[in-house]
Amino acid sequence: MKLAHWMYAGPAHIGTLRVASSFKNVHAIMHAPLGDDYFNVMRSMLERERNFTPATASIVDRHVLARGSQKRVMDNILRKDKEEGPNLIILTPTCTSSILQEDLKNFVDRASIISDCNVIFADVDHYQVNEIQAADRTLEQVVRYYLEKSHRQEKLDQFVTDAPSVNIIGILTLGFHNRHDCRELRRLLKDLDIRINQIIPEGGSVEDPKNLPKARFNLIPYREVGLMTAMYLNKEFGMPYVSTTPMGAVDMAACIRQIKKYLDTLAAPILSSKRVDYESYIDGQTRFVSQAAWFSRSIDCQNFTGKETVVFGDATHAASITKILAREMGIRVSCTGTYCKHDAEWFKEQIKDFCDEIIITDDHAEVGDIIARVEPSAIFGTQMERHIGKRLEIPCGVISAPAHIQNFSLGYRPFLGYEGTNQIADPVYNSFALGMEDHLLDIFCGHDTKEIMTKSLSTDISLIWNPESRLELKKIPRFVRDEVERNTEKFARQKGILDITVEVMHAAKEALS
Amino acid sequence: MSAKIDETITFECETGNYHTFCPISCVSWLYQKIEDSFFLVVGTKTCGYFLQNALGVMIFAEPRYAMAELEEGDISAHLNDYEELKTLCIRIRKDRDPSVIIWIGTCTTEIIKMDLEGMAPKLEYEIGVPILVARANGLDYAFTQGEDTVLAVMAHRCPEQEFPIGESKETIKKTNLFPFPLLKEKKLVEYANHPPLVIFGSLPSNLVSQLDTELRRQFIKVSGWLPAQRYADLPSLGDGVYVCGVNPFLGRTATTLIRRKKCELIVAPFPIGPDGTRAWIERICPVFGIETQSLEEREERIWESLKDYLDLVRGKSVFFMGDNLLEISLARFLIRCGMIVYEIGIPYMDKRYQAAELALLQDTCIRMCIPIPRIVEKPDNSNQIRRMRELQPDLAITGMAHANPLGARGIGTKWSVEFTFAQIHGFANARDVLELVTRPLRRNENLDNLDRTTLVRKNNEFYTSTSTPR
Repeated sequence: MKLAHWMYAGPAHIGTLRVASSFKNVHAIMHAPLGDDYFNVMRSMLERERNFTPATASIVDRHVLARGSQKRVMDNILRKDKEEGPNLIILTPTCTSSILQEDLKNFVDRASIISDCNVIFADVDHYQVNEIQAADRTLEQVVRYYLEKSHRQEKLDQFVTDAPSVNIIGILTLGFHNRHDCRELRRLLKDLDIRINQIIPEGGSVEDPKNLPKARFNLIPYREVGLMTAMYLNKEFGMPYVSTTPMGAVDMAACIRQIKKYLDTLAAPILSSKRVDYESYIDGQTRFVSQAAWFSRSIDCQNFTGKETVVFGDATHAASITKILAREMGIRVSCTGTYCKHDAEWFKEQIKDFCDEIIITDDHAEVGDIIARVEPSAIFGTQMERHIGKRLEIPCGVISAPAHIQNFSLGYRPFLGYEGTNQIADPVYNSFALGMEDHLLDIFCGHDTKEIMTKSLSTDISLIWNPESRLELKKIPRFVRDEVERNTEKFARQKGILDITVEVMHAAKEALS
Repeated sequence: MSAKIDETITFECETGNYHTFCPISCVSWLYQKIEDSFFLVVGTKTCGYFLQNALGVMIFAEPRYAMAELEEGDISAHLNDYEELKTLCIRIRKDRDPSVIIWIGTCTTEIIKMDLEGMAPKLEYEIGVPILVARANGLDYAFTQGEDTVLAVMAHRCPEQEFPIGESKETIKKTNLFPFPLLKEKKLVEYANHPPLVIFGSLPSNLVSQLDTELRRQFIKVSGWLPAQRYADLPSLGDGVYVCGVNPFLGRTATTLIRRKKCELIVAPFPIGPDGTRAWIERICPVFGIETQSLEEREERIWESLKDYLDLVRGKSVFFMGDNLLEISLARFLIRCGMIVYEIGIPYMDKRYQAAELALLQDTCIRMCIPIPRIVEKPDNSNQIRRMRELQPDLAITGMAHANPLGARGIGTKWSVEFTFAQIHGFANARDVLELVTRPLRRNENLDNLDRTTLVRKNNEFYTSTSTPR
């Protein structure tokens, strides 16, 4: 048992549900007690999703505990199959229901015989893996399931496309800026004259995975989700994959060069002649399309020199942002950390030259302590660090999940690609500028506004609030308290009451409502 | 009485596949209400994830609640539950020094049969802090019923007291001394001589004070509230004490008060809406032989002040999907406001505890000349969505999981959870209820000239979640 207030990564079933609801026409059924379908609320709220989230619960209640859930699970699978006609139903337990140790796999096998759609059981251990790892596994499981199935049916199309082509793997619902990143990657690949074969899971059809091997290579933009799938495809079909995150100008270049390497080794010689000159593309984009390179050399950014920051987030974002801050903007990163404990080795390797200290933890208090100790000028972290920053009065830019609704922006805000470099530079700059302004305000004792001395209307009657009503007034939330005070006094004057009691307050509220 | 209702109101029961909050969410309002408490939710990551997301910004304010997160060792009993909980509780005592620690049992503790009730008294003795155990789990309960389980165990800790009954039931003469409520000081107020009355249900302190005042106007003294602002101030209960609930989801607490504490329950409609508030008071007064004073005028005045909102809602239709058990009271109020209610979904229907409320619903329907809406217990959200497609209500009161999708299909939606957290009790807050109810209607009116009422693609079936079916 451990005392916990906050967690960076959710429970495993959330990852499975994210993969399921990203695919087109896939339905997830949770084997869960009442109230565990909170995922639907998150998707509906954060993503502002217009469609019903294709996830329902097969409720575990007392009856299920007594009689077992086989009938109910089967009924629910068959019902969803009939009602919605999905291509695939994924059954996933939650932490709670996995303790029941029922043979859900067996139910799934039996249901898949009688139902029209495919049914699989999400093969994740709820006490071993978190949301991120579960998403990675589930994606691999779905891909493997369909490829093996196609293989058995001898429908597998292994002919690699003539033109250079790619699969983008790991774009997910509720992923941090994933939709914008996806659009930016499409643009990048179009510029590079590479055809996109498949994007999974977001918006992809589960029937498509059988076409996955047709692409020349796979692009895995994020460390967290997609690597397992890429490794599987590499092992089974010899498909190479690029897993350098194209975030920041330097890594962009690295990613593109890696892509070129794979295309060159596999490409027919005729095709290479008419292909884009990647080096001049990189050069042009870095120097002129992306403003970030010029920006970090502009006079404004001199003020950043030697400023300290703390970075925290998932492995992909924390590592990339650290490199951008240190390498591309000349900012000192005092400490970088991630909550992806399972990927700690890779993470350390990536950033060891770019920061003073590395922290691997999923305890927000530990992160808070470090921030308090370092006292950086700005923090780049998750929603949690934003709140730590608020408490310590340090500005914070949100660079990684978990994020709140304001980080699911309607406007175009990719983190990847050349436009991404601009989108990262802005909040970085704004965080510091705000910090600087705050600092100056501190030195010069705030804005030049004299406190307004008289706030009440002049009146010859003096009203007395008795101690009880004063106390009552204090209970009212601060943002409406002044209004209540004014209204009550107005009401009292109208009625010619001098002593304001609790009753008068209530009467005033009624009279005004 | 319930027999009579059964003849006219019909209750249906569906599959129970509906969306609601987990009952552990009650910690969010109870820890704020009971200032010296600490809530420890003994559960898994799933519980924690729900709490941290559902409670939003509250989580950052160092709340007086925490998860005791069960790990694999706890599940497989490699670790000793008692020792583990002891370590955590000692830490809580050291960091926060609460007057009471409330363990919230979850689905997991049920399934692994962790004996929280057995461990609590032992640990309480050992560390010197009262420990209560409430099983607010999703196997048995929905959303607001969490509060019910907490209050039911808290009732056991109320000091025992016996009150002599008798000599109190004299009718108070109707006086005209108070045309305007100028009750100066508490000490000067005369109360009727009546047996003690304890109100149960957690409300924000200013609402408590409003309802206290309301009863004081009828010369009724409220001896205490369950829960009180502080654990130490729990009211005395016992034989001869009258109790009355303010919320419709407190059936279990009511039962405990009657059976275990020997209290007398006043079954009344709930003080939601001016009609409900008046009926609530009118049920309490006669019990003590008191004639109510100028209640009718008060109710009338409130209705008049609501006129602008009533014009907006009159004739509009509502569909309650059901998730917080406030549905019957809200529907009753909205019908009185002139709305048409198609369906009242509700997680659980305690016909005995809600008897008076159901009777008032029935009367209201007759009075407003509309058919009694169907009451659907343990609703099935998929079926409900299909029914909504037929009925096309003006307003759906629903959980957030369905709000945006329904909104995109041209149905005005109000998030039902807001009714749980908003102040909706008493005369003065009737306006707040209508403020909530009319908000989607007013918003849609403001956007009317945009002509974009449905914002989903044509080939998207109403229900179908993703693309077209095969």
